[in-house]
Amino acid sequence: MTDRIQLGHGGGGSLMRQLIRQELLPLYGHRTGAPEPVLHDAATLALPRAAAGLAFSSDGYVVQPLEFPGGDIGSLAVIGTANDLAMAAARPRWLSVSLILEEGLELALLRRVVASMAAAAERCGLRIVTGDTKVVGRGQADGLFICTSGIGSLEQAALLPVPVGPAAIRPGDQVLLSGDLGRHGVAILAARHGLALQPPVLSDCAPLWPQVAALLDAAVTPHCLRDLTRGGLAAALQELAEGAGLELRLHEAAVPVCEPVARCCALLGFEPLHLANEGRFVAVVPPEQLQTALAVLAPQGGCWVGEAAALPTGLVPRVLLRTALGTERLLLPESGEQLPRIC
Amino acid sequence: MSSLVAVSQAVAMSLQAAVQALAAELKAITSRPWTLMEVCGGQTHAIVRWGLDQLLPPGMRLIHGPGCPVCVTPAATIDAALALARRPGVILCSYGDMLRVPGSASGDDLLGVRAAGGDVRLLTSPLQALALARAQPQRQVVFLAVGFETTAPATALLARQALALGLENLYLLVAHVRVVPAMAAILADPANQVQGFLAAGHVGAVMGLAELEALVAAQRVPVVVSGFEPLELMAGLVACVRQLEAGRAAVENAYGQVVRPAGNPAAQRQMAEVFAVVDQPWRGLGVLPGGGLALRGPYRRLDARERFGLSAVDGRAPVDANGREAAAADGPAAEVCISGRILRGLARPPECPAFGGACTPEHPLGAPMVSSEGACAAYVRYRLPAHGR
Repeated sequence: MTDRIQLGHGGGGSLMRQLIRQELLPLYGHRTGAPEPVLHDAATLALPRAAAGLAFSSDGYVVQPLEFPGGDIGSLAVIGTANDLAMAAARPRWLSVSLILEEGLELALLRRVVASMAAAAERCGLRIVTGDTKVVGRGQADGLFICTSGIGSLEQAALLPVPVGPAAIRPGDQVLLSGDLGRHGVAILAARHGLALQPPVLSDCAPLWPQVAALLDAAVTPHCLRDLTRGGLAAALQELAEGAGLELRLHEAAVPVCEPVARCCALLGFEPLHLANEGRFVAVVPPEQLQTALAVLAPQGGCWVGEAAALPTGLVPRVLLRTALGTERLLLPESGEQLPRIC
Repeated sequence: MSSLVAVSQAVAMSLQAAVQALAAELKAITSRPWTLMEVCGGQTHAIVRWGLDQLLPPGMRLIHGPGCPVCVTPAATIDAALALARRPGVILCSYGDMLRVPGSASGDDLLGVRAAGGDVRLLTSPLQALALARAQPQRQVVFLAVGFETTAPATALLARQALALGLENLYLLVAHVRVVPAMAAILADPANQVQGFLAAGHVGAVMGLAELEALVAAQRVPVVVSGFEPLELMAGLVACVRQLEAGRAAVENAYGQVVRPAGNPAAQRQMAEVFAVVDQPWRGLGVLPGGGLALRGPYRRLDARERFGLSAVDGRAPVDANGREAAAADGPAAEVCISGRILRGLARPPECPAFGGACTPEHPLGAPMVSSEGACAAYVRYRLPAHGR
């Protein structure tokens, strides 16, 4: 193998076979020394006996830089889709991985990303069962793009009275947040803009299924689960308010933000509520289950942050923020790209 | 992590108690409905973000000042930057929030030029432009230099290093502005309602108190240099109202942990070396005497306007009777926009017929809507309908 990806690696010939056999088989759980698996066009899956249904989700990953403090595009692509499945109360089980490689990509980097994806799959308890690889010319992709699709099984979720989602949120429901905000967003910003933060802030990228499973095991029947990705808590709550047709009230003083993230936000004029996360979610639960849910989530940093309320007459769904001073204001999502302020 | 939650809650509770105590003090000392202006956009943003105006005594008004350098950069200067960014071979760089400020045509901004293939870079420090110019000697690097006296020293440092290194491919499109001339212009307006100022703490950290003292001596108006956190802003308001109630007018430094009376002499020397004080057009306010900075002496060699022949694009926009640039410079829909009156403190954002409808942060018509620190944008983002939308 050369030390960089060439167009020929996507040509379907021997170079491509070499790439798959030497570099990509670890993705599928293949260990060095074991007999090579027979490759075929599609994976066949056996439905778990307990599965009452399936959840299916897909996402594309184009993050820059490809490697950042606390993760890389590979771990993000596996964990991100696994987390989307977990938000439907589904146990992540199977994943497909499509790689789009840019001519000239360093093979060493690809190896690191592949190893990272394999490790992330193991962390998530899922198997990568199928995939595809394409190579595009220099300048036609930004190093490496990854598309993943995942299937999860609905097990405990089948016992829930209503499907988990924004439409199930009721006035009086309580909103919990699984941990502190903004670490992924700050890690990416720091890497992208060359900010040397001391100490460095690591991405919070982590599987969410274990916490969701613990909630379900404790007989919590969440009305809604939503992972916080781009747009942060502000965007997630706005989507939930609109999906539910309700008002969500967020108590700013209850929202945890770690010191380095808070400092970075103060410096650049960002709000932690708008920063991206990759290992945090909100759970909306019926009021009588608040204490049980808190007991499950608190040991890993979870806390109560607000509640759902009926909309005042004549108003559109909205998120109301009660500030640490006891005053109230609207919380709106950012309009587009987050840009550092001048002063 | 649960200890972290406990700490942030404890901090929030003590902050709330301290701010409420200052709010109670403000109510106790206030006998009349005073009208104060916070000069800096960062202060406006914090006041609206924290809902501090909900804690003021009845009748007290806060007018949001013109201290948002992004907002007041003339549309013609943005047009010049857009034209440069469209040129092959040019790398146009600036601070993040300049990237979505529209020029004279609605929706025409640097983010759009970047999407269309222009090379537009976001900087967090002007010296990054120096590194860029050295790394890409075949390209022409233009830094759109905006900001008050807070960012001007860093631009001055960039200019000095560019000259010292003999760089032939780094240029500056300078739109730096000075705060005190804008405060003087507001006081000089016959319709002025401002009775006291919260002055911008960060500018004070650079410039010190001398310019403010001259203003107070000439105009007999209380000026309190204040910070940007809720506690600092409330303390500033209390100090300003104390002066008004006592019939005093003085410069008071309520941000002493950051602002020294002499300011930062080294930064002032950098600026004096590189810049001359000039009359400068402000978006929404018209030409302010002494309101801006331009490259002087040998540093004029770095002037992007001269190098690229931009003076035709970047000429001074005509100003109408309301103190706003004529419609041609502000875009076709600016007829309804009252941003000139808002920047002078004569009107509040919700009074504008375009506010939140034809004019939004995504499609701003006037200066105070273009940056998150502008008064109109702060109202759109944070205000509840009951509070005046």
